[in-house]
Amino acid sequence: MTYHLIHRTIYEYASPVTVSHHAARVQPRELPYQQVDRFSLRVDPLPSVSQPRIDFFGNHVCGFSIQAIHQRLEITATSRVRVAATPPPASALSPDWESVVALFSDPVSPAVVEPYQFVFDSPLLRRSPELADYARQSFVPASPLLLAVTDLNKRLFSDFKFDPVATTVATPLEEVLEKRRGVCQDFAHLAVASLRSLGLPARYVSGYLRTHPPAGQPRLVGADASHAWFSVFCPGFGWVDFDPTNNLLPAEEHLTVAFGRDFSDVSPVSGVITGGGAHAVNVSVDVEPLS
Amino acid sequence: MDCAVTKNESKTSAALLDDYQRTASQFDECHTETGALRPHYARFVNSLAQVGPSELSRRWDNARRLVQEQGITYNVYGDVRGMERPWELDPMPFLIAADEWWTIEAGLIQRATLINRVLADCYGPQELIRSGWLPPGLVFAQPEFQRPCHGLKPKQGKFLVFYAADMARSPDGRWWVTSDRTQIPTGAGYALANRLVTSRILPEAFRDCQVQRVAGFFQEVQKTLAQLAPLPSENPRVVLLTPGPYNETYFEQAYLARYLGYQMVEGQDLTVRDDRVFLKTLAGLEPVDVILRRLDDEFCDPLELRNDSILGVPGLVEVARAGNIFIANLPGSSLLQSPAFMAFLPGLCRHVLGEELQIPSAATWWCGQKSAEDYVLENLDGLYVKPAFNQRLMSKVVEKDLSRAERAALVRRIKFQPHQFVAQEWVKLSTAPALDGNRFMPRPVTLRVYLVATENGYAVMPGGLSRVAPRADTSLVSMQRGGSSKDTWVLSDEPVEVFTLLSAGSQSVELRRVGNNLPSRLADNFFWLGRYVERADAAARLLRSTLRRFTPERGGSPLPHLAPLLETLEAQGQMAHSLRSSLSQSQSQGAGQRPSMSWKTPEALEAELLAAIFAPDQDGSLRHSIGHLQRLAMFVRDRTSNDLWRAANQLDDLLTDALPEKFLLAADALGVLNQTLLGLASFNGLARENMTRAQGWRFIDMGVRLERAFGLCRFLNCALPSPEADNPSLLEAVLEVADSTLTYRSRYNLLPNIAAVYDLVLLDEKNPRSLIFQIRQLEKHFQRLPQEHLSVTLQQKILRDCSSRLNLLEPRELLERHQAWASGDTGRVIADMLRDLPRLSDALAVSYFAHSEISRTGGGYQP
Repeated sequence: MTYHLIHRTIYEYASPVTVSHHAARVQPRELPYQQVDRFSLRVDPLPSVSQPRIDFFGNHVCGFSIQAIHQRLEITATSRVRVAATPPPASALSPDWESVVALFSDPVSPAVVEPYQFVFDSPLLRRSPELADYARQSFVPASPLLLAVTDLNKRLFSDFKFDPVATTVATPLEEVLEKRRGVCQDFAHLAVASLRSLGLPARYVSGYLRTHPPAGQPRLVGADASHAWFSVFCPGFGWVDFDPTNNLLPAEEHLTVAFGRDFSDVSPVSGVITGGGAHAVNVSVDVEPLS
Repeated sequence: MDCAVTKNESKTSAALLDDYQRTASQFDECHTETGALRPHYARFVNSLAQVGPSELSRRWDNARRLVQEQGITYNVYGDVRGMERPWELDPMPFLIAADEWWTIEAGLIQRATLINRVLADCYGPQELIRSGWLPPGLVFAQPEFQRPCHGLKPKQGKFLVFYAADMARSPDGRWWVTSDRTQIPTGAGYALANRLVTSRILPEAFRDCQVQRVAGFFQEVQKTLAQLAPLPSENPRVVLLTPGPYNETYFEQAYLARYLGYQMVEGQDLTVRDDRVFLKTLAGLEPVDVILRRLDDEFCDPLELRNDSILGVPGLVEVARAGNIFIANLPGSSLLQSPAFMAFLPGLCRHVLGEELQIPSAATWWCGQKSAEDYVLENLDGLYVKPAFNQRLMSKVVEKDLSRAERAALVRRIKFQPHQFVAQEWVKLSTAPALDGNRFMPRPVTLRVYLVATENGYAVMPGGLSRVAPRADTSLVSMQRGGSSKDTWVLSDEPVEVFTLLSAGSQSVELRRVGNNLPSRLADNFFWLGRYVERADAAARLLRSTLRRFTPERGGSPLPHLAPLLETLEAQGQMAHSLRSSLSQSQSQGAGQRPSMSWKTPEALEAELLAAIFAPDQDGSLRHSIGHLQRLAMFVRDRTSNDLWRAANQLDDLLTDALPEKFLLAADALGVLNQTLLGLASFNGLARENMTRAQGWRFIDMGVRLERAFGLCRFLNCALPSPEADNPSLLEAVLEVADSTLTYRSRYNLLPNIAAVYDLVLLDEKNPRSLIFQIRQLEKHFQRLPQEHLSVTLQQKILRDCSSRLNLLEPRELLERHQAWASGDTGRVIADMLRDLPRLSDALAVSYFAHSEISRTGGGYQP
């Protein structure tokens, strides 16, 4: 499937900003099942310095700074992305989860160093016995890892209610667990932290999801949103993605932009401004299927 | 000298350490197991013996005073009032023999070289991880591993420019490293301060013992930082980046900055433009080449290094990536500070350097390794368990003697996240004689040794910071936990070269010329310093005039001309509102009649007056103003003289020591006010005379002028409407408050006359206390300020208005206005001034101090 993507972020500031520095992670990654045919980033006003680079996790990041006094900033990322349909993994054939935990216990082979770094605490996520307990209900002894994760994914979907006002970017995980409400970011965080609490490597994935309009209605342009899900490392299978918000395994309707330990590694647009006062931000995403 | 020890002298020297009983189980630095003096202490003890005990005790007192006068302090977090603690210095230096020092020196150079190589690998190819020499968890699990800094390539591969090792001597006499300081090795400045004090009180011993000088080390620091400037520059600008005056080692930072000749800046003084770092000064942006950082890794760049507070410089890491700034040490260098690394250094040393590690580390087990975890859980009682990472949050140190429940909880925590724990052997420290009261007692000591990178390797400071535990049985030494420190004398076998970076006596003398490059933030602080000096001065004068006229014997009816004084005190927030009503009541009803709720007895009034002087928490009290003055003096401390700082501290002491209970009579407080005024005059004199007439001085003076003009107007605005405005006693008070009594007497040979007095304090251009004089001075200052800001015209316009109003004023009009003085031109001009002067202050702030807040913006909420 080929998509035309537009991700636009607009800031309006109450008072003039004299200088600002930003980092944008909005360019989709190249992956075995995902090709990026075209990408462009437009920033208005024009940055005085702009430097694309690859971050520690291999994500594209564009750092830019604006030195002209401004009160409005518009960042538009446009891309054309092809996603290949991936067949569902043969989950029943995956190794039992205890053997994977053992693989990531000392001494850890240098061969699995890359996934190993996703076992530990990260800036927003702390492992805890409570999260391990929550996950353990899905991890019955000797259960194949991917079946157990599929069950956890399903439980997150049924135990938690999607509620865009219950949480903010800053809501701690304990509170989400207690309230049983949240958004995709919270569910992905919960899954990642629960898996890590068992000793399994898990990472946070940021991207977009194709949305389907209700039957008989036209697709609304710009009504989509950026999306998040999680990925678990399974020997023999590599990183396998799960979407707890929609209780499914991403196939050809999820578009990956970046991944990291948690949201703080992949925040689509972040910045530090001088001046500006209060600011309002408006984000619109359009995922248009072309074929 | 060596053989010149007579019997008598050795007796005295023995007497000095007579009571000294070394602890049998520990190594003693001064005495052998048999109680004999170690050879390298011999000269020192002889030298002391010749000085004699009474002279020594006099010198110890001097040392304490020197510490206080130099303002050598240590901040303690969470201690709001009296946050600054005087630095504790034990007068007896810690001596190290020359041959022993060579071993330490060589061992630490090897260690620093190794750590630099490991850092370079962790932030580069990570081959040590891939090849199994470094457990991956040790790097990846650490919050201190700053991923945005991965791939940075500092000039000459210098990741670790500054390094310090904490060392201790075990009972067998060997030196061990107990911790590595790889991020911001603090304390070198304190070591320098200790040296200056100790060498001054023990000059004979210092000379006789051939103590190696530390100044050469600081010269290496200057040389290294200058040549690390990434871009070619004739005179590279090095700044010391501080977290600010509340940091525990702020004194040291200011001290070092001054000693090394670097500007001390906070994050908000710097800005990133066009991939370069600039210093924001009054005259514009000036490029910065090298940052000596005293700000923790994660605070350095709020854009890339995770942090919610805004202490750092947004965009800094990107500038480092572009290779346009050198930061010492590289952000992220605290990675190697984790005690867990010590378990792996011997292997790494063999692999990386092909050598054996020369100085051993305290035995360390990192529980991230299964075998180590098992060992630690089995031997929990004999070990010292602490967090492996997050040293900053280390407040919860695991102590000995855990309860059963605590022990079980610890075991649970270790088992859940073993890699977050490290265990070390309890290190038994050696002891050295330290002064306890009048006796020398054996106290555990540790030594911090400092290194700086040079072109070809590392240079070691011959000396260091010795720290002394407060009790004989402590095994951890930390200044935060209340210990003391010692100067460290590394002895030499041959005469030493004398050399210092300080020109003679310069530490008590003055400011470097600062020219136009004054950071805007400092200009702001100088300006307010000036305002508070004058505010305190005016308050003291006003209170003095009030107290002089206040006579409780009158039975509670204050003289009517006291009213304007009290009203001004009220307008300045120095006295409560209820006072005026009590006063008017006493006027209208006379003494003793119909006392009401608001009636103030003379005693109550007196108490309020005393509170206006001494109350520490009362807004506007004299002590409160002095407190502000002291705080501002602290903010500009690296730009002003020690004398100025000392004067500020003395002022504070004056009011703090003089507890109000001691003053039964208001008259007693007059003495304190007189002393305060003298102290302020000396502060003022120092500020004016000792500061070069550069921008700092200019902003202090503008603050003084503006505050003086405003204070005068506020007082006149209360005095003029008074029905007693022409009463000579009140006019006398006007002259006192305006400090113009003598000038008046020299001009007029008559009782104060209203027109003459107001002319003198408002319009006399020759009177340095007059309103017009302040306006003229402000005009002069404004003309000399850099003028690239638009609103400068606003300030000049306000000043021009003030000036022309005064030019048109004719105070003789007052003679014609019986009782209605305030309704004339004079009253109107004063009222206009009261409105315009605050606007002038605001306009100044907008033009020169405007350091807009920085804030983070998100935009990535993922639903």
